[in-house]
Amino acid sequence: MELKEYADVVHRCFRCGYCKFTYDFSYRGFNCPLYSTRRLESCSPGGLMWLIRASLMEREIAWSDRLTDILYSCTMCRNCVQQCRFSFNHKLVGIFEAARERVIEAGSVPPKVNHFLTAIHGYGNPYKLLRQDRGSWAEGTGIRLYREGDDFLYYVGCVGSYDSTGQRAARALGEVLLKSGLAFGILGSQETCDGNEVNTLGEKGLFEVLKQQNVQTFQNMHVAKIVTLSPHSYNALLNHYPGGFEVFHYTQLLRDLIKGGQLHPSRPFPERVTYHDPCFLARYNQEYEAPREVIRSIPGIELVEMDRNRENAFCCGGGSANFYTDVLGGGRDRPSVARVHEAYSTGATVLAVSCPICLTMLEDAVKTAGLEGQLRVKDVSEIVRESL
Amino acid sequence: MTTGDFVYDSLRRIVGQDFVSNAPEDLYIYSHDLGAQPPRKVDYVAMPRTVEQVQEIVRLANEARVPITPMGGGLTLSALALPVKGGIILDMKRMDRIIEVNGSSKYAVVEAGVTQGALKSYLEKHHPELQHSTPESPPAATVVGNVLIHGHGHLTPAHGTNSRMINGLEVVLPTGEVCRIGSCAVSPYWFTRECLPDLVGLFVGWYGITGIITKASIQLFPKPKLRDLVLFSTDDPGLLSDVVFDLFQMEIAENFFAITQDKPAWMYGHTYITVTIAGQSRDEFECKKTQLLSMFNGRLDLIDPIPASLRERYLEVPPFAATQADFAKGGGFEYYGCIVPVEKVPEAWNRGLGIARKHDVVFSYGLQALDAGHSVMCGPVYSFNRADERDIEKVRHALEESSRLALDLGGLIWKAGLPGQALMMERMDRNTLALMRKVRKVLDPNGIMNPGNWGD
Repeated sequence: MELKEYADVVHRCFRCGYCKFTYDFSYRGFNCPLYSTRRLESCSPGGLMWLIRASLMEREIAWSDRLTDILYSCTMCRNCVQQCRFSFNHKLVGIFEAARERVIEAGSVPPKVNHFLTAIHGYGNPYKLLRQDRGSWAEGTGIRLYREGDDFLYYVGCVGSYDSTGQRAARALGEVLLKSGLAFGILGSQETCDGNEVNTLGEKGLFEVLKQQNVQTFQNMHVAKIVTLSPHSYNALLNHYPGGFEVFHYTQLLRDLIKGGQLHPSRPFPERVTYHDPCFLARYNQEYEAPREVIRSIPGIELVEMDRNRENAFCCGGGSANFYTDVLGGGRDRPSVARVHEAYSTGATVLAVSCPICLTMLEDAVKTAGLEGQLRVKDVSEIVRESL
Repeated sequence: MTTGDFVYDSLRRIVGQDFVSNAPEDLYIYSHDLGAQPPRKVDYVAMPRTVEQVQEIVRLANEARVPITPMGGGLTLSALALPVKGGIILDMKRMDRIIEVNGSSKYAVVEAGVTQGALKSYLEKHHPELQHSTPESPPAATVVGNVLIHGHGHLTPAHGTNSRMINGLEVVLPTGEVCRIGSCAVSPYWFTRECLPDLVGLFVGWYGITGIITKASIQLFPKPKLRDLVLFSTDDPGLLSDVVFDLFQMEIAENFFAITQDKPAWMYGHTYITVTIAGQSRDEFECKKTQLLSMFNGRLDLIDPIPASLRERYLEVPPFAATQADFAKGGGFEYYGCIVPVEKVPEAWNRGLGIARKHDVVFSYGLQALDAGHSVMCGPVYSFNRADERDIEKVRHALEESSRLALDLGGLIWKAGLPGQALMMERMDRNTLALMRKVRKVLDPNGIMNPGNWGD
């Protein structure tokens, strides 16, 4: 939606600040990654609402690099949507997206965001790596290309395909799926970016292009079911693609395979594990239980919860391309560092994630926090693989 | 953000680049209040993390003769955290440590930026048997900001205003020295303000013009195992003074409100009275409830069952009072909670409603009993559309007339902004006004602390 379509809403934000906290009225710390990092009132969802109105709608203040910086520091984690108590709460992220769309049209995006978009436009990934290398991570694993008639298309996404940490999760999931006996394959060089981040950054034109490319590929190969490694891909394919295929996040599939007896995690994993909910699986799509069911099915694991979990989970800070652009910044105060400290405080030795972006963000944060050797970050797929 | 500016560069050195700004975009937010008051100029915002940083900023302000306005949550609605004469807003919210909770002597020592939400959450997790008096403001309001403006909370009807719950303070004086007030001045315990000259009053209700509070000790109270609401209605607001008097003859109520609205239509002309009852045991709870029902039997109409929305509104701590910002679908509301003698309640109620209706604004009208029924805060809450300047102007006029009424009835204006301060100073004893000026001059010789409040 365009910003003008929100004209009857934007001024209704009172800036009461409920959006900064957790959802369950327990107020367990500031849960907005932007506010918790920057702490200026201007850098909060309410501040953003007022600034968008003052600049893009009422023209009280000129649009500026500072406003752009604040706008693109938001990770679009939807904590504000979850926590705002007014009836228009569900529109908040849409308003930020519409404001970004306006900024994109004006050509005023921050340079790092511009690099991200340009790379995806040119290469189909933010890293400017070759399209033909998109499936290289699978070499030597036995994971093959998708064939018509397969049970599932394994959609890997950019981070799983190119980032070395993300590839770890991609391989782990692929190997688990191989052991399940499912017929599946990847697209390799025919896969392109799912566009989830592009969409949240407000680049609707590029998102349409990416969507059409992927959909055309899915249709050409008569894909009926897709399993995604990344919750970001899951969100884009499930909620923004035109349909014609079923979409599963991999934790949902693993849960079903374990329940159906096609996977038998039997080797004990004797660790205390805490689970970090990724925003695009949890708050965006209300999938809180599938990953936990998978974790609980593994013998030896003691699953403990962080104070902020499920709809109250604290974003790792990587959403809306911040894993790449790092417009949010924050140094030692960044959300990912706070999150690993929170995980460590539970007594957990393993922080489980189900998102390759969270995996990279939190693994880096463990080093920044000096918790190496005390807290390991593992994708759920890696834990399952170790237990098979 | 502009560099090459002595004050900005100094602030950047003191608090770090990420926590100071003179960018117009950040200042826009800090120059606009949530209530109906017009925006005011702000030159810098800085977020200190330590007492030493606050001291350095105060010394800088003295050197550069630049005003400082301390800010907590910025949620007073009467623009108390907006500078009158520009300068630095000191946003205290990075000083957010809960220093100590003493469960035996029942107090918490918190830094100035600790929010109501953070303290509530901390107590629920670590001291579930204790609670603090939580105001109706959102959880982003600060504990220290609330007590410094004579704030009220959900325990105020039973235990007094939240400012009376202050055991001690740590303050950076306008000349940069750090002082401790209360028992913490002579003892490691922040447990009382008795036995010493009571200097707390030098800092409560002054809106930051006598110093910057960096820590406060506040009293905690037993958290009851049982709480519930009893709801009455009456068509005769003339009963309200007697209701308040009678109710507080016994220690029954944890909280007490009365409310009326013209819309929706079913509320028109009716006064709804909510009494929160709490108890540690079922026996205690039922005893209080029985006494309450007996007390008002035949005088007030009991409403049972209570509509779920009302039960949630008055039992939730803190309640979602900010909902009134959306009554006019416009994101704004403001009220002057006028404190009046108990015997003046019916007149304040009837004439206050008349003013609200005359100005044709969306409103609700309510009262909360204070200090075990020794006084009453009552007044209108005016909702407005932030996108409609005429609507805001109507609210400003209504607020001014409501404030004049409070003073005409012998009352006072709570957390008065500039218009309310001016009205009270007009009527204030001249020697009292002179004393306030002397105190201020002694403490703040360069006049850097939030100048423009309570005169110059």
